[in-house]
Amino acid sequence: MSKNELTRRSMLKAGVAGLATPTVFAGAAWSFTNDPQGGAVTLGFNVPQTGPYADEGADELRAYELAVEHLNGGGDGGMINTFSSKTLDGTGILGQKVEFVTGDTQTKGDAARASAKSMIEKDNAIMITGGSSSSVAVAVQGLCQEAGIIFMAGLTHSNDTTGKDRKANGFRHFFNGYMSGAALAPVLANRYGTDRKAYHLTADYTWGWTQQESIANSTEALGWETINNVMTPLASTDFSAYIAPVLNSGADVLVLNHYGGNMVNSLTNAVQFGLRDKEVNGKNFEIVVPLYSRLMARGAGENVKGILGSTNWHWSLPDDGTRAFVQSFGTKYGFPPSQAAHTCYVQALLYADAVNRAGSFNPCAVVEALEGFEFDGLGNGPTLYRADDHQCFKDVLVVQGKENPTSEFDVLEVVEVTPRAQVEYPADHPMFGGAEASLGNCNPGA
Amino acid sequence: MLGLNNKDTSLFLVIIVLTILAPVLLNPFPTESTLAQFNAGYPDLMQKFVVFGIFAIGFNILFGLTGYLSFGHAAFLGVGSYSAVWIYKLFTYNVIPALILAVIVSGIFAVLIGYVSLRRSGIYFSILTLAFAQMSFALAYSVLSNPKFNLTNGETGLQIYANDLQLFHREGLPDFPHLFGLSMVSTYKLGVGPWEFQLNVAYYFCAIMMILAFYFAIRLFRSPFGMMLRAIKSNQQRLNYTGLNSRPYMLAAFVVSGMYAGLAGGLLAVTDPLAGAERMQWTASGEVVLMTILGGTGTLIGPVLGAGFIKYFENIFSKINDQVLHQWFTFLPDGIEDVLVAIVHPFIGKGWHLTLGILFMLVVIFLPGGLVEGGQRIARLLRRLSNRDKAADATNVSAE
Repeated sequence: MSKNELTRRSMLKAGVAGLATPTVFAGAAWSFTNDPQGGAVTLGFNVPQTGPYADEGADELRAYELAVEHLNGGGDGGMINTFSSKTLDGTGILGQKVEFVTGDTQTKGDAARASAKSMIEKDNAIMITGGSSSSVAVAVQGLCQEAGIIFMAGLTHSNDTTGKDRKANGFRHFFNGYMSGAALAPVLANRYGTDRKAYHLTADYTWGWTQQESIANSTEALGWETINNVMTPLASTDFSAYIAPVLNSGADVLVLNHYGGNMVNSLTNAVQFGLRDKEVNGKNFEIVVPLYSRLMARGAGENVKGILGSTNWHWSLPDDGTRAFVQSFGTKYGFPPSQAAHTCYVQALLYADAVNRAGSFNPCAVVEALEGFEFDGLGNGPTLYRADDHQCFKDVLVVQGKENPTSEFDVLEVVEVTPRAQVEYPADHPMFGGAEASLGNCNPGA
Repeated sequence: MLGLNNKDTSLFLVIIVLTILAPVLLNPFPTESTLAQFNAGYPDLMQKFVVFGIFAIGFNILFGLTGYLSFGHAAFLGVGSYSAVWIYKLFTYNVIPALILAVIVSGIFAVLIGYVSLRRSGIYFSILTLAFAQMSFALAYSVLSNPKFNLTNGETGLQIYANDLQLFHREGLPDFPHLFGLSMVSTYKLGVGPWEFQLNVAYYFCAIMMILAFYFAIRLFRSPFGMMLRAIKSNQQRLNYTGLNSRPYMLAAFVVSGMYAGLAGGLLAVTDPLAGAERMQWTASGEVVLMTILGGTGTLIGPVLGAGFIKYFENIFSKINDQVLHQWFTFLPDGIEDVLVAIVHPFIGKGWHLTLGILFMLVVIFLPGGLVEGGQRIARLLRRLSNRDKAADATNVSAE
């Protein structure tokens, strides 16, 4: 036996020494949660892949993948080229390559939070974005605030998201129920008259409640009367039991505060019951869908023709940003993007740009960069991220179902572009939590 | 030890060691490797393992021992969560009062529901519990969440706002559930070589709770009371004919089981201060039935295994997307890679239910005793193999 042969004992010693040396570190060494290490940064895309909003979720995911591609310098760059801020150059974010993880919110608060938590704790995501339900957005926004992560809300339309549930770490590009009401009411009064009796069917959660309140307020201000408001569970798929009483209520307008699969089903039920062919109080019976999307319009098919509603964005808009986005989305997937896809894509870009401008991934620096940020070229015209409640202010579109669609995607037409000034409101508006609502302090986490 | 026989003591020690070492055992793959996708050792999932473990242990006390299949156990889980969050909102973020209230309120709920439901047995009992749970769900979802009387905050879920009362909350205490100042979110990250292990306060708190719950369940299984419950399962009518009133035993088992669920619900609020109505939905009730059957009905450790199994699939498989698949198969030629991805695609991401369903079917068909039976079969096989080796050795020896 030679002397320098390795023995079992010396191997063990070396092994223990190798393991125990300086690699042991404490979590508190960082100044903020999930500081990106090693040339790559991870974003968490938390969208509904199952449940009533699964269609929207799938489209959001497509948009996010496109945004990541553009941020990393792939594809044709999409809206990066038309964006008024020029810090994005295709080298990722702050020179770090962008990677992403996805999760399924199941349109349930618990599942969405579990999914977001695993992104934060396991995948070291620096920012969470997505959601196609306001209750989920509110739940995940609260979680991100606690964890010290930036939350860029996807499609969420409830007043509460940037109202009474607003958080310093959360930002919303999408418009909200109040803006829908403010934009839609004048068009409704114009077309259907000021002497109308409205019956509301409302999805029973934060979005439905706040949208119903907003629409009722705006229409009542113009002379309409709200004769009933019935809450329907989010998980409902058949609305005939809710539609039948409308016929005998004396109402001449039905307002469907539904979205996604809910709206497709309730509108189809309403049309099947022959509501649109009825004449009540000497006027034609009308149906209104305050929050519209192309995916829903497509789902409801023939039934949407002539029905008024509002959207955040539509692919047929003529500006450069929209054209660039529709072009690159269409090239990649073969069809135009929905408003859900648009808002998610924009949020991803806005976050990346804010980090670049701040020069840091630290959530507090990002918050500072986004607050009061004015930008253009992202499809909605000049837009402001208001500092008081982290809500974007921009023009709102009033749309209606097209009578003669030329393709399965060309189902909506823009009736009016409501200017930003008409949909603005003070940050302490009573519908938005009043004076009590506050963002709190930004939380950088660990 | 502790009034347990030898076999139970070793099982109990195994459980203790496993729960304490879970952050290490569940993170077998180095952080940077591609297999890190399958690591389960992050706080949120580990917390879910032990919390739903408690839920399933409690459910098994009712279903495993008495054979009464409750299809509404999620109601108690939800009630526990709501009680805990209300303690946070009104008094303090300290978790001890929150858990005590959660257990008490769910116990009261269980007495009420059990008193009515236990007048029937078999399928009628299941339907009654299901009806009560759906009633509770509807109450929490819409009836008790109107603007005038908002007990549950409906679909959004009960949350804590900055302007809540919080009587005993003061400066210096964490703004998160805590144990006398020790915040439940604090995590110590231990880096060892390429691995990183996360030691989380809330996890260890829940783990200790589960160990206690497990100990209590062993004692209950081995007690005369447990024997009485088994007698109900084997033949309740015969038991009644002996002149014994079995209903108080049933009610006691139901209430204990409901309090376990309440504790689990309270612990969910400990790890994340939010309570949503969907926790009470029938799907959640069905899930605990699946966990128990998958793990092994009537066994001690089975429900814990089943809970871990289901939560693992829900959290790990649902997060594998096509991007990840392409990474795995990237060494293959393009055409084959795409075909493989297309084949695997329906079983991952949003298709995790499908994978879980197939595995559940396989377990129920081939291992009616659940995962525990699988483990027993493997152990038996190993024993037989080693016996055969010994026998072979013996014959060899004699031949020489």
